[in-house]
Amino acid sequence: MFFEAITLQLGYNATLVTIGAALLGLAAGATGTFLFLGKRALVSDAISHATLPGVALAFITMVALGGDGRALPGLLLGSALSSAVGLLCVSALTTRTRLSEDAAIGAVLSVFFGLGIVLLTVIQTMSAGRQAGLESFLLGSTAGMLWNDALVIALGGAIVLALALLLRRPMTIVAFDPEFAAGAGMNVRRIELAMMGLALAITVVGLKIVGLILIVALLIIPAVAARFWSERVTVVVGLAGTIGGVSGYVGAAVSATAPDLPTGPIIVLVAFGLFAISLLLAPGRGVLAAVLRHRRFQARVHVRQGLLALAQGQPIYERLTLRLMRARGLIRADGVATEAGRAQAAQALLDERRWQLLRSDPAHEEAAAHYDGLTPLETVLTPDQLRALDRGLRLEAAQ
Amino acid sequence: MMGEEFVALSLPPILIGIFAAVACALPGNFLLLRRQALIGDAISHVVLPGIVGAFLVTGVVAAWPMMIGAGVAALVAVGMIEAIRRLGGIEPGAAMGVVFTTLFAAGVLLLEQSDTSSVHLDVEHALYGNLESLIWLDGLGWGSLLDLAALRGLPPELPRMAITLALVTLLTWIFWRPLKLSTFDEGFARSLGLPVGAIGLGLVIVAAIAAVAAFDAVGSIIVIAMFICPPAAARMMTNRLETQISWSVLFATVSAVLGYVLAGYGPLWLGFDNAVSAAGMIATVSGLILAGAAVFGPCRSRVGASGLAG
Amino acid sequence: MGLTLARDAGRAPDAQSPLEIRGLTVTYAEKPAVFSVDARFEPGVMTAIVGPNGAGKSTLLKAALGIVRPVSGQVSAWGAPIDRMRGRIAYVPQRASVDWDFPARVIDVVLMGQYRQLGLLRRVRTRHMEAAFDCLRRVGMDGFAERQIGQLSGGQQQRVFLARALAQGADLYLLDEPFAGVDAATEKAIISVLKELRQQGKTVVAVHHDLSTVPDYFDRVFLINTTRIAEGPVDKVFTQSNLQEAYGGRLATAQMNALG
Repeated sequence: MFFEAITLQLGYNATLVTIGAALLGLAAGATGTFLFLGKRALVSDAISHATLPGVALAFITMVALGGDGRALPGLLLGSALSSAVGLLCVSALTTRTRLSEDAAIGAVLSVFFGLGIVLLTVIQTMSAGRQAGLESFLLGSTAGMLWNDALVIALGGAIVLALALLLRRPMTIVAFDPEFAAGAGMNVRRIELAMMGLALAITVVGLKIVGLILIVALLIIPAVAARFWSERVTVVVGLAGTIGGVSGYVGAAVSATAPDLPTGPIIVLVAFGLFAISLLLAPGRGVLAAVLRHRRFQARVHVRQGLLALAQGQPIYERLTLRLMRARGLIRADGVATEAGRAQAAQALLDERRWQLLRSDPAHEEAAAHYDGLTPLETVLTPDQLRALDRGLRLEAAQ
Repeated sequence: MMGEEFVALSLPPILIGIFAAVACALPGNFLLLRRQALIGDAISHVVLPGIVGAFLVTGVVAAWPMMIGAGVAALVAVGMIEAIRRLGGIEPGAAMGVVFTTLFAAGVLLLEQSDTSSVHLDVEHALYGNLESLIWLDGLGWGSLLDLAALRGLPPELPRMAITLALVTLLTWIFWRPLKLSTFDEGFARSLGLPVGAIGLGLVIVAAIAAVAAFDAVGSIIVIAMFICPPAAARMMTNRLETQISWSVLFATVSAVLGYVLAGYGPLWLGFDNAVSAAGMIATVSGLILAGAAVFGPCRSRVGASGLAG
Repeated sequence: MGLTLARDAGRAPDAQSPLEIRGLTVTYAEKPAVFSVDARFEPGVMTAIVGPNGAGKSTLLKAALGIVRPVSGQVSAWGAPIDRMRGRIAYVPQRASVDWDFPARVIDVVLMGQYRQLGLLRRVRTRHMEAAFDCLRRVGMDGFAERQIGQLSGGQQQRVFLARALAQGADLYLLDEPFAGVDAATEKAIISVLKELRQQGKTVVAVHHDLSTVPDYFDRVFLINTTRIAEGPVDKVFTQSNLQEAYGGRLATAQMNALG
């Protein structure tokens, strides 16, 4: 069953939903990266919650006009309009008042969502018990999805992705440094608007599959996961798109295999799995790599301090220093320096003296900037420079 | 409206609404000033996995196991956010976004997987509660308030929420000075030897207690709205923390009362038959109050030199 | 100065010194900001901690107070662990380290300095208010008690911070860049308060970045650039060669000449 799902053999609609979810994930991952890099990831939370009153109002309007009320394009249009209003409120609260953006986001998302709930209860009482099924927009639902709906989603995902790729350069610059972008003559406001517009488009397209509470995950999790693997924006954007796309594809496929596997949550959990792997195992920024690096570094600091103390015949107080030096065979169990310990201590002291001389000499200003108490001078100077420095040391000692 | 019917049908929900709103608004003031306003959002999203987990463990839908489950989920969420923020070097907003969506997704999946068809446990209930149903059948008039037998018939949410509010108020009062000090100047607080980390964690735990107690009675929407809207509106009314707290309590109370009344009677006044969601209306009213403060509040904009510029 | 690392021989902490630091190393992102620094500050005098930007001056102070966590090192005050002596230590953080948009008045901030006397629940009585007003008077800010802190100028904010430290009634005053970005009147007011403290036998240690005022303001100087460069009386330690070592080529010749 799983094999059939992953190879798109579960029927026409399931296939279309899976492809739609993959495209959606791809577009969301790429777009979300720009929000995340601009430290505005949670704006998407306000965007998504603010869709609810629009969905409800669109339904009411369509019914009032004599229509069905459940037409997906109409509902999506309504959701887009109300979340645009929500975004405007966030921006007005942040720029016009003393509130910070996080407070503005929280206020808008809760108030719009509350208003949406009020409107949903209004709908429940409309025309005697008609089942609008608008609650499915909270958590998404692919069950009984129509061919037309699936097409809207697949097409929408593709269009957003294309736009995100088209605008990636200006969005990168604005997300990284809006002041530089403004100085370079870019229209920062318009590009930020485009960024928010894309996030809004993804939210709207994703409402039916993932639901408004979880769509935020597709905009945030892939971007955060991708950030662990690279320092280059283009790579992060590409990776985030891939992670989002894989999550969408695998999630939708898995959920098609059984009725009690809701699509949205499965997609989110797949994305989180990829995030957890990135957090733990990514080289460089990953937790495992960082822990190993920090322990090595701490050991270097302690051993260096211990060696300098040894060289000057001072007692060592810290237990960690003593343990590390014993483990390296630099001191014996009773704390007395070994042969190797004395040699390395002398070397450390020489290095420290060389540094001291170097730093007091304006001619070596550039090299002196490398000083951090740990870097051996040999890695900074050429052998010739070192010899010249040592002559200076001998001279000073002779005085 | 002020007769016997009011005591039985409207007094308990209004009181529960007020208690829940104020219990959330009090810690919300400090979360707002610490730029942690969205912690309330995160906590209320993870209530769902908490109650589903509690149901799976105990097999019953009862208030206490569900509240304990929600509390545990809130603590797990806060721990995960901190871990991702520190270990991964991820900014707090994004870390929150990762955690609360994942836990919420896990909650929905668990709910779908478990057989809850026989019991009343669903997402909508966790989101918008059912304030309207918390009626007092023994309340036959104002006299019933003095009748012990009748008082026993009060909805259990009322005393529970009252105790929660009392606890939150007491803790805020006791720890007022360290809270204020460490919120304003963390470095100075540390130099005094104050346990700054523990104070911050304690604040989040109190917020979680308020959120968990409130969601059961009124749903998560009110919780998020009350954490943020009354304190944010209050901040724009004054430049003194003490006064800000008073305004936020007033705004929370007005939201709860006005929201409940508008939800229950508003549609009738407009000629419709049915009431609308009280939880949603309370959140909406708090938003209107915030909008009013943002436009007319005497202290709505930043003034003077910001120390950061120097 | 010779070429030793100038570290103290191992021995028990000095019960006379209000602040003693041994083997302190602090790192940010795996680059030491402060490396293996020893410092013993003398009682009853004013010491300036001096060094170029990014030399670890503020970090040294913050690590000594436990505000940032060091990788290694020990800190003692009057010979005891610093945690037992916090009641005798006042701290003035950098002005830019807090959000001045916080809803508080000047007097509220000064009262924070009396936290140790007030504790959790003791009421603020007339004598507490009088003490707070007295501290404001000493820094020339008594007319501003009811003012919202966000409405103050940079220099006024700095004076409020100093008043809060005075309200702590401490024996050791640690100040982080108290003269950074303040007007001339504030600088004069602050230095006269600090000299007053010294007259009362208190100890003052301040991170300071303006070399030209060091000899006028301070008795002793502690030179640092990641490691300790030198420490001692201003006339002995504040020399061209020591400054050259601390600042490298970053110290402009003109500035050196100005120092004589």
